[in-house]
Amino acid sequence: MTDDAWFADLDPGDRAAAADRIREGSAESPADWPALAVEAGVSADEAEYYDRLRGATLAAGRAAASEREGAVDQQLVHAVRAMDDCRRQANELAERVAEWGGSRFEEAGTGVEYARELSGRDSGSVGVPASEASGGSSEPRSDGDRQVLALARQVVALDEEADALAEYIETSTPEVAPNLAAMAGPVLAARLLSLAGGLESLAKKPSGTVQVLGAEDALFAHLRGDAPSPKHGVIYTHDAVRGTRSEDRGSAARALAGKLAIAARVDYYGGDRRPGLQAELDERIAAIQARAEGGGGDE
Amino acid sequence: MSDLPEGIEQRSIGDETGLATRGPPAYGEPTDDTGWRRWNPRRSKLGAMIQSGMDTGLTGGETVLYLGAAAGTTVSHVADFAGPTYAVEFAARPVRDLLDVAEDRQRLFPLLKDARKPETYAHVVEPVDVIIQDVATRGQAEVALTNRGFLHEDGRLLLAVKARSEDVTADPETVFDEVVGTLESEYEVLERQRLEPYHADHLGVVARPR
Repeated sequence: MTDDAWFADLDPGDRAAAADRIREGSAESPADWPALAVEAGVSADEAEYYDRLRGATLAAGRAAASEREGAVDQQLVHAVRAMDDCRRQANELAERVAEWGGSRFEEAGTGVEYARELSGRDSGSVGVPASEASGGSSEPRSDGDRQVLALARQVVALDEEADALAEYIETSTPEVAPNLAAMAGPVLAARLLSLAGGLESLAKKPSGTVQVLGAEDALFAHLRGDAPSPKHGVIYTHDAVRGTRSEDRGSAARALAGKLAIAARVDYYGGDRRPGLQAELDERIAAIQARAEGGGGDE
Repeated sequence: MSDLPEGIEQRSIGDETGLATRGPPAYGEPTDDTGWRRWNPRRSKLGAMIQSGMDTGLTGGETVLYLGAAAGTTVSHVADFAGPTYAVEFAARPVRDLLDVAEDRQRLFPLLKDARKPETYAHVVEPVDVIIQDVATRGQAEVALTNRGFLHEDGRLLLAVKARSEDVTADPETVFDEVVGTLESEYEVLERQRLEPYHADHLGVVARPR
């Protein structure tokens, strides 16, 4: 019976092996493990048994938690890249649809919206004369029309896939990186994770790197000596940067990147929520934006 | 109202009087300078069961298997008044908080396991006096049934049933009747009570093994 016990045949000093056994082991049914451990001479008494169990379960829990979260942040990296791919393909195809559609139908539009409108048309009504009731727009008639509409539907499907991925990102990012997601918004947070290659590597990046993540081309141009240093990478999409006048955007980006780097570290090493970070950021950004009112003076 | 178990008291902390246990603060709850900390029944189904006077049979010091420990809010209080406490939670995210809570306590054992698969922790968990269950998944009664083997013959099951986890659209009372019905194949239900006003559409159940 003791064979099933998590402590069976373990070197008492080997915490890692004990943690593995907690995670991987199993038994048909429970037993009075504390008594059995004392009986088998594994622990001197119950108190010592519980102390050992405590060490082993804490180590096992910590290892299992980081492994699982690590796995989830990699999922996000894939999801955000897939979302961007879908979006880009949808836009590219939408241009084609607009160009093609414009040559066949009277009214033309642009972008995914136009594709969406086209795809709503009934390609089954081929051969039916254009009806006045539908606002004068011509109904699809030929094989060529059908092809355009089919392509438009692909655009819409890709766009919807991107929306679904965005939704997944919005629900998953706060689980992986609650502080980062709260401060940056889930999508930007996932983008930063993706550019850094995961929560662990983002947590280990200095804030100056976080500031220019996504601006690698500009950064290397700068390092070659051809260009000024980039002020910001993807964090440009954050309101704290975008909402600041251009002279002060460098300052705003620096302040934001600093707080985002801290948020990523809290999420990776701690995991608790720190609403105070947001307040500090708000205060700093307010000070920077106030320079504009002060006629460019210092804060 | 039944007597409170040893280790749980009605105490005035800050400007409010309510349930409290004594132990290291865990989640920013109000504390007083003698080590007591507020146990808010609005944040804890077990707290709500005790606050509304259900006879939980708890006396203090018992061994506990806690299913659905989440971030450890309730389980931190349980570990304060109970004996060895095994806390099972499956979601990785809240386990971080649970680990912090366990770090501060000597007899709280966190287990990152699926409560629907008791064989994955039966090699660690001993038979217990009390099972406390608060899992927000479908099949809450089944979880209680599959974990029945952990409970001493004279033990107690303290169960919080969330109606919306079973069926969002159904009338909560119907859901509760179904859950309790399933439960009764292996448990004798001693008491059932809605947890309003603390938790909407939740039922507290006290049961013992048949």
